[in-house]
Formats: sequence, C-alpha cells, structure tokens
Amino acid sequence: MRIELQKRAAVSPLFSLVSPLLALALTLVFGAIMFAILGKDPVAAMYAFFLEPLLETWSLHELAIKAAPLILMGVGLAVCYRSNNWNIGAEGQFTIGAITGSYLPIVFYDWHSPLVLPLMLLLGALGGALFAAIPALLKAHFNTNEILTSLMLVYIAQLFLDWLIRGAWRDPKGFNFPVSRDFAPEAILPAIWEESGRAHWAFIFAIVAAVLCWFMMRYTLKGFEITVLGQAERAGRFAGFSSKRMIWFGFLFSGALAGLAGIGEVSGSINHLQPAISPGYGFTAIIVAFLGRLNPLGIVASGLVLGLTYLGGEAAQLSIGVSDKVTRVFQGLLLFFVLSCDTLIYYKVRIVWARMRGGVA
Amino acid sequence: MTLSEDALAVPLLSVRGLTKLFGSFAACSQIDLDIAPGEIHALLGENGAGKSTLVKMLFGVLQPSAGQILWNGQSVAIGSPGEARTLGVGMVFQHFSLFEALTVGENIALSLDPKISLAQISDEAASLSKAYGLPLDPKAHVADLSVGERQRIEIVRALLQNPKLIILDEPTSVLTPQEADRLFETLFKLRDEGRSVLYISHRLEEVRRICTRATVLRHGKVTGACDPRQETPASLARMMVGADIAEVHRDNIPAGEVRLEIKDLSVPSRTPFGVSLKDISMRVCAGEVLAIAGVAGNGQGELFDALSGEHTVPQADAIRIRGRGVGQTGINGRRLLGAGFVPEERHGHGAVTGMPLSDNLLLARSQSDRKAFLAGGLFSVIRHGAVRTAARRVCQVMDVRKSGDDPAAGALSGGNLQKFIVGRELDRQPALLIVNQPTWGVDAGAASRIRQALIDLAKAGSAVVVISQDLDEIFEVATNIAVISEGRLSDPYPAGTLTLEHVGLLMGGIHDKHSQPEATHAH
Repeated sequence: MRIELQKRAAVSPLFSLVSPLLALALTLVFGAIMFAILGKDPVAAMYAFFLEPLLETWSLHELAIKAAPLILMGVGLAVCYRSNNWNIGAEGQFTIGAITGSYLPIVFYDWHSPLVLPLMLLLGALGGALFAAIPALLKAHFNTNEILTSLMLVYIAQLFLDWLIRGAWRDPKGFNFPVSRDFAPEAILPAIWEESGRAHWAFIFAIVAAVLCWFMMRYTLKGFEITVLGQAERAGRFAGFSSKRMIWFGFLFSGALAGLAGIGEVSGSINHLQPAISPGYGFTAIIVAFLGRLNPLGIVASGLVLGLTYLGGEAAQLSIGVSDKVTRVFQGLLLFFVLSCDTLIYYKVRIVWARMRGGVA
Repeated sequence: MTLSEDALAVPLLSVRGLTKLFGSFAACSQIDLDIAPGEIHALLGENGAGKSTLVKMLFGVLQPSAGQILWNGQSVAIGSPGEARTLGVGMVFQHFSLFEALTVGENIALSLDPKISLAQISDEAASLSKAYGLPLDPKAHVADLSVGERQRIEIVRALLQNPKLIILDEPTSVLTPQEADRLFETLFKLRDEGRSVLYISHRLEEVRRICTRATVLRHGKVTGACDPRQETPASLARMMVGADIAEVHRDNIPAGEVRLEIKDLSVPSRTPFGVSLKDISMRVCAGEVLAIAGVAGNGQGELFDALSGEHTVPQADAIRIRGRGVGQTGINGRRLLGAGFVPEERHGHGAVTGMPLSDNLLLARSQSDRKAFLAGGLFSVIRHGAVRTAARRVCQVMDVRKSGDDPAAGALSGGNLQKFIVGRELDRQPALLIVNQPTWGVDAGAASRIRQALIDLAKAGSAVVVISQDLDEIFEVATNIAVISEGRLSDPYPAGTLTLEHVGLLMGGIHDKHSQPEATHAH
C-alpha cells in the first residue's frame, strides 16, 4: 500500500481563499482537545487564550507590540518566498539588526541628538541586510542551499549577541548582570498613543511596509519580476530578468525588514540589549507569511493572529496555570494545518492498494 | 522442410500491421518488421517518424492499437516492460534511468530479482562487463561516471537478463567517437553470439557501418527496407525524408539590408549533455526567411540562446543585429534594436503557465514597449489597462481561442498559446524575428496560421530566422535553408535549388560541400 498525491487539474478559488480560516478553525479545535487532555476546561481555556487579551485596551497595545515585528518580517519573507528564495534566518537577521542598531546608544551613549533614532533604524536595517547577504552570496555563487545556511546563521547571531552582552557591551553599572546600558530617551522609539498604552511606532512601520509591499507586488515591474522569477526561472531569463540578482534582492530586502524589526523591538519595547530579545519572532514570521498566503495585506491579519498566540500564552499561564510553551504548540499546529490545507487544495490524496510484484521491478 | 531450415526461416521477432493511435493521430501505422536471430537491424527515421512509439510497443511501455507481434513465430502480447524482459527483450533507453547517489552494483540490483544478493550481482556484472569489453567497477558511484560509462551500466543491466533481442535507442548520441567505436565492438560480439540488436539511429554513416538490414520509417509508416551496406547515404536519406520535392510558392522578395550577421561564433557547451556551437556564420537580410533545419539536439537550443542573448557570448562582434555588435548585450538590449524571439518551449520559457495572457505579453515586452506599458519613472508602475488592450489586440489578430477575457496561459491549448506567443512579437513589427520550432506540437490549423504570419512578416520587410525540425514547414516558409548538425551550420542554399534529399544528407551529418548546389554567398 502507498499513499499518492495527485495534482488536481484545477484549484478551487473558494477553497484557496478559505484555507487559512479552515486552518485556524482546525487549530482551535485541536487546541481545545489538547486543553481537555491536560484536564482544563477547554471553553474557559480558549476564552483565556484567544478572547480575554482582546477585551482590554492595554492588552490591545501589547498585541500591536507583538504583531509589529511579525508583520515587518512576514512581509519581507513573503517577498523573498515569492521569488523562490527561502530565507529561514529572519530570527538571526532580527538579532543582528538589533545589535547594529544599538551600536549608537550603547557605544556613543553620551551623544544626544534627534539624529540618533533615525540613524539607529537605518543601521538596524543595514545590519539585517548585510547578515542576510551571507546566505545570498553563498547561494548566488556557490549554489548552496539557502534554507540550511540562513537557518544555521541564526545560532551564530544569537551567540554573538550573548558574547557581546556578557563582554564588551555589558553595562558597567549593571552589577555583572548580562544586560547592556539602558538607552537614552532620544534612542527610544516613541509610543503611538502614550496615554492609553505602550504600543510604539514599529507597528506603524509594519503597516506602512505591508501597504508598500502590496503595491509593489501588485502594480510595479519589480513585483512582476519577483513573481515571474519565482514561478518560472527560464521565462524570467527570457524576459531579461536575472535570477542571480533576484537572490540578492530577496535576501537583502527581507534581511533589512528583519533588521528594522529587531532594532524596533529593542528600541521600542526593551530599551536595552539582553541575551534574549525575541521569543522566536523570526521563526513565527514564517508562519505569518504562509498564513497570510504570502500576500502583504493578508500578513497584517495573520501577524495579529500569531501575535495573539503570544499574548494568549502569557494569559493562559497566569489564569489557568499551563506552561507558556502552549504558545509554541499553537503556532506549530497552525503552521501544520496551513501547509496541509494548502497541499490538499493543490493535490488529491489517493491510496493505492497494489500488490507487490515479485521478481520484476 | 527440415527442422533446421524452419528455424532459420522464422525470424526472432516479427511485427505485422502494428498501429498506434493517439486520438486520431497515427504515430505508427501498419508497421511490418522482421528481425532475424543474430543480426544488427537498423531502425531509421527523422524525429517524430514513429521510431520511439514502435520501440515502446515492443518493450511493453505502450500497447498497440492494432496489429500483431510475433516472437519466434508465436503471437505474443507484451503488457509491460517486465513481460518484455521475461520474453527476452532488453532495452537501453536514450535517457538513462540511474540513481546517481547509488553505486553501479546497487543500480543494477534494483532492476533484478530482490532475492539475489548484491555481492552476487556485482560479481556477475563485473564478469559480464569484462566479457563484452564494457569495463565497469560495480562499487563506483554513478555520479562520478562519464556518460559513456553510464550507458555501459544500462547495457550490462540489459545483458544480465540474458536477452535474445537488445534494443538501443540512439545510443551514440551521447558518446564520443571513440566510445562509439567501443560500443560497436560490443554489439558485434553480441551478434556473434546469436543475439539480435535493434539499433535506432538517424546517423547514416554509423548505420551503414554496423547494420546488415535497415527499416526506414517516415510519418509513422515503413518507407523502405534495405541492406544499408548496399545503399548510399543519399539513397538512405531519400527514404528517411521522402523523395518528393516540396513545391514552394512564394513571391520573390528582393533582399534588403543585412539585419543579422553571425561570424565565426563558437560557444562551448554549458552542460555535459549540451552541444557546443562551432564556427557558426550566417547572414540574414530584410525580406528573407532563413530556415535552419536539423535533427533535434544538434545545437538548435544553444544557437537560439546565443542569438536571443539569454546566454551572452564573450565576443561582442560575433553577433551583429542591424550592424551593432551585440554578443554581450542581454535579451532586452537586443529587443530594443528591433529583434523579437520565440523560444521552443512554451510552458515556463515563452510563457509563465500560471499567469494571465496580459502578464505574459509584458514578459517579452516590458522594456521594448516601456513607454506604452510602464509609468511612474523609476518605480515602473505597470499600466495594466494598456497591457490588457495589447493582449486583446494580439488575440484578435492571431485568432487566439480562449475562454474569458484574460485567462491564464496554461488554460490555452498548445496551438492557441503558440499563436499568442508568436503574435506577441509580431504585434511590435520586429525588424528581426528568431523563432525556434514555431509549430512544434501545434495543431494543423494553428501551424498554417503561424507559418503564414512568418511569411507575411518577411514580405513586410523583416528578417526572419526559423529553426525547425519539420522539413515540410521549412520548405513552406524558407527563402534560404541552412542545416545545423552537431553544432555546425552548413552554408545557406536558396530553397528552390535544394531537394529534401540534400537536406536529409546534411542533417545526417555529412558535410560534403562539393556535391551541393551552389551556395548563396552573394547577398
């Protein structure tokens, strides 16, 4: 017996639209089952996880904070994935962006100027792009698998951050704790609406980036080039587009947005550097990109949904006493269902009950 | 009649009235063929003549629509390659089916009874390969082996089944002349043991050298059976391409300025299976249709890549479009000089299957029609409305049948998509059009529409280069004909002075320039 995937002749437009919703519904059902097995009331747990965080103003602000890096990175990754380049290392580019962006407020901490913040953001984006240039270079010139190289570089970035914080950039007045000097006020990304909560400008950047990317993909020649090269490299060459240059573009673009997300998070929410600056935003952004069907506007919605899983995890830890690892379980379930729904849209499953034929291969 | 005489009279394999229909198209029609024990029998024919279809039926890959296969005089039905092997038919395909990551021995074991141990298979393979002069190391990884060595694996794999008939499909097309010589020695050895070989080729010299009998196919029918040693390459070629000379009714257009000039263009092959272009020179003038004939895989794709600029060449002056050296200019630079291109492969090269027709129009014309299709300066915002109007115009002019206003390219039939792809270029009145296999796999109606469009374009004063394997098409559209063979291009000859036989000879790789009619050097 074997299971075969047969390509469908035509893809149902209805199902390709509702597939993310279907995946979401399946995630909720299986999440409820998981809570029941853990001995918790599934309805109360789901309420605490997915609804309670949406009922308070401050927690909506927290949602914007969590969603901002997810949307920024998800949008960059979507553009990269559309061009058939698979940057899995956004987490590393996020980390390096946070480091290069923090260079000014940590090393030149007594330079006070309104230029500090724009320069920090620029340096953050630049750092992320340069770090993404490594897998791009390896793929364009040595044909290495970018999935592996970009993923491995994540751990290098994280250990580099760890080394910096415990070494050169440790706060001299920090009682030997592994944290950097606190950022000066002009190095901190301001809040959008200070009176009601903490949400800062990174969320605005995320929305602007999503809208611009949507416009680029839909209306400009660059977007056309990305789509063509992603679907048929040979046709792209016929159109005069270069797939090598597209490798560079995809990685530098997604790397820059990841770097911007990194410095945005550090400058807006954390206000100093520390060994752990991200609860896996860079990996979650991959789920965000796919749940948003690689469409920048869809990614705004999916970024909010995945942001909610982080908040829900924290809330569930407090109110029903389950580990916040539940967040990762939900994210994993969601990615699994998104990908399997997509597979079933494109393929039919057929089970073949064939006898093994002896002797003749 | 004594028993031994009887055995002599009965061929090992006979085929009677074998026919294979694909829909209403007869790929093979009423084929008769006899293969005696201990002979090397050639199966000759152009691409698309039905050789592969016939062989696939003999090996059980395809089932005949009508007719009979007799094995040692007994009627048999060959339902699968496994049954063919049990019967005693071995096959070496043109494209190898080997796992590169596995060793030679493991690859051979895969096609045999799983009960036999790997060591035993390796031993047997080693002794067989020694006996037949096919040196092979069973422990070597396939990825490290040359093409010739890989072919030996396939041959040894076939021999391990102890077949009485071995079918080889274009075996020398991937071999160097030295490797080919070695292969021939092996074939002679097999023949001397009383095994039969069915040898498929279009190389006439080779067939005359090693085969004692030949069956020639053309358009799915047997057009001749002969002893190739008694024939000349010319007479074989005539059987292969047909003795008729196509009637060409074309207005003579006085040739205008030179639009495309190629001088001593040599391009080394990019891949081990590719063909290197060697010293190619040609000139194409306004009003001229130069057709380049040739059997597939003789450098047509490579020539198209070099002409289109998808792969540039180091010498800028080796290719000149309208007097400008463009060797190092990319495809869009050449389009801006007025050139248009139609590649052989529609899906994924000439068009992106999943994209609508309007996007596929933009694919070829984003730079040449920048002013009309793009706005917003540096941002290059696409004017979807203008592109859609142009796509609609192309569909109307070329009579592209489609459902909906702007369907995905993949939703169109081959013929309609090809009409669109050709029409996309014609729409901008190119000064030079280069087309590779304009009507490959296209229905007759669309094919004649496309051919007429090419002739009309030349009449209107453009230069046209048509690379094609279809000789009927070539004689229909060409003013001049050149032949490409093993990466070399012959001199061009005016279509009127050339017979199909000449073209066939040139296609078979015989470069005997003295026996040709006078070449058209004087442009």
